Amino acid sequence: MSYLYILFNEVYKILFLLIPILVSVAMIVWLERRVWGFVQKRRGPNVVGPFGLLQTLADALKYIFKEIIIPASANKIIFILAPIVTMSLALIAWAVIPFSEELILSNINVGILYIFAVSSLGVYGIIMGGWASNSKYPFLSSIRSAAQMVSYEVSIGIIIINVLLCVGSLNLKDIVLAQQKVWFIVPLFPMFVIFFISVLAETNRPPFDLPEAESELVAGYQTEYSGMMYAMFWLGEYANILLMCALGSILFLGGWLSPIELYPFTLLPSLFWMIAKILLLFFLFALTKAIVPRYRYDQLMRLGWKVFLPFSLIWVILTASYLYYFGMLPNSI
Amino acid sequence: MKFNRIIKTILLVEFLKGFAIAIKEIFKSKKTINYPFEKGKISSRFRGQHALRRYPNGEERCIACKLCEAVCPAQAITIESEPREDGSRKTTRYDIDMVKCIYCGLCEESCPVDSIVQGPNFEFSTETKEELYYTKEKLLENGDRWEQILAENIKADSAYR
Repeated sequence: MSYLYILFNEVYKILFLLIPILVSVAMIVWLERRVWGFVQKRRGPNVVGPFGLLQTLADALKYIFKEIIIPASANKIIFILAPIVTMSLALIAWAVIPFSEELILSNINVGILYIFAVSSLGVYGIIMGGWASNSKYPFLSSIRSAAQMVSYEVSIGIIIINVLLCVGSLNLKDIVLAQQKVWFIVPLFPMFVIFFISVLAETNRPPFDLPEAESELVAGYQTEYSGMMYAMFWLGEYANILLMCALGSILFLGGWLSPIELYPFTLLPSLFWMIAKILLLFFLFALTKAIVPRYRYDQLMRLGWKVFLPFSLIWVILTASYLYYFGMLPNSI
Repeated sequence: MKFNRIIKTILLVEFLKGFAIAIKEIFKSKKTINYPFEKGKISSRFRGQHALRRYPNGEERCIACKLCEAVCPAQAITIESEPREDGSRKTTRYDIDMVKCIYCGLCEESCPVDSIVQGPNFEFSTETKEELYYTKEKLLENGDRWEQILAENIKADSAYR
């Protein structure tokens, strides 16, 4: 009986996290389309529901009722598995994201490693989709995506090392609490910029959306997908983007901490600040998508390996020597 | 020159400029219309949905001369006719296959009595193909519904005919 109780308790907690995330994924898709529309002096979706808020819901409903086409030459099992893997990997990483001091599903000590591992696994969904489609465009796209995500994960990893040097803990809660004096965006500003750009590449967003480059690869690894399977890729992609925004706000923007510890700011709940920071980062993502042209593939690789990797490595050395010289290394190291 | 460019690249100057422009554009007025609620102006010569017109006394204009049928490049029009009891020649069948139609407006131009016209309506999409095989009844009904605008359009265009 007590096992059942624990089980239901856990499931309840997971649903309490998952449903808001799925709803907010729908909302950010709407927000993004609105932002592009506004930047291009269009209106964006504004018909379904108030301000078009329910547009994504309508789209999702449409996808549910559409036929799922599985190509005859496709590897059926992997083909079906790929979107499921993408979406579930994008969602399970949310388990360790702290939304406030108490609001965290599982406060594990190696939270940042867990997120890093799960987001690295994310490339499998894309490779599986591209491979199983047995078609040239998805295959080329998945190869591109794999190379791109692996390259930029290296620099993201080194950027995270910078932050960890200042914190002395892999626990996401400790990382936020270490920023009570000053957010890491101030001392590590160049790292924040590189993190932002690397995350754009990591989540296959413009200017690094080469895996989905319409002009070359139709729709990339999603070319053969239709109906709900396509929608799951799309949900997973946006859940991943949102996750990266959350990670950015935890690592650099002080997570749930309010910007100034003064009266009117401390009145607002910490959840509000977390969501506001995620939305701010996402707004920057959407703006970037609206203004940038696509990189060439060799430019992308050059930027990843020849610019970001050495720069962030040098910055690790700088951070470490600064902290060591001034005796500011966190005690736990 | 080279040095300046390196500094610019490192500081992401162009990127920030782009951001600034994008944020400025957000607050500018929209250049698109709010389509289902407001619609753009349509020329009096707009070639939209077909309609068969009537004379003010309710008699249909079409005299079954079959010029439109002959001129139609897509062969979308099918006409059958019989003389009536009063001796006038009228159509018994006037079908337009809107799926074939290329909206060239030649039927409208060829019509000697301004009977078949293309109106301003362009929102007649349907869920089945069958609904797009227009019959005489459907076309006459269109004519009755849009008569006011159709008459105005013909009047506006009459100087150039």
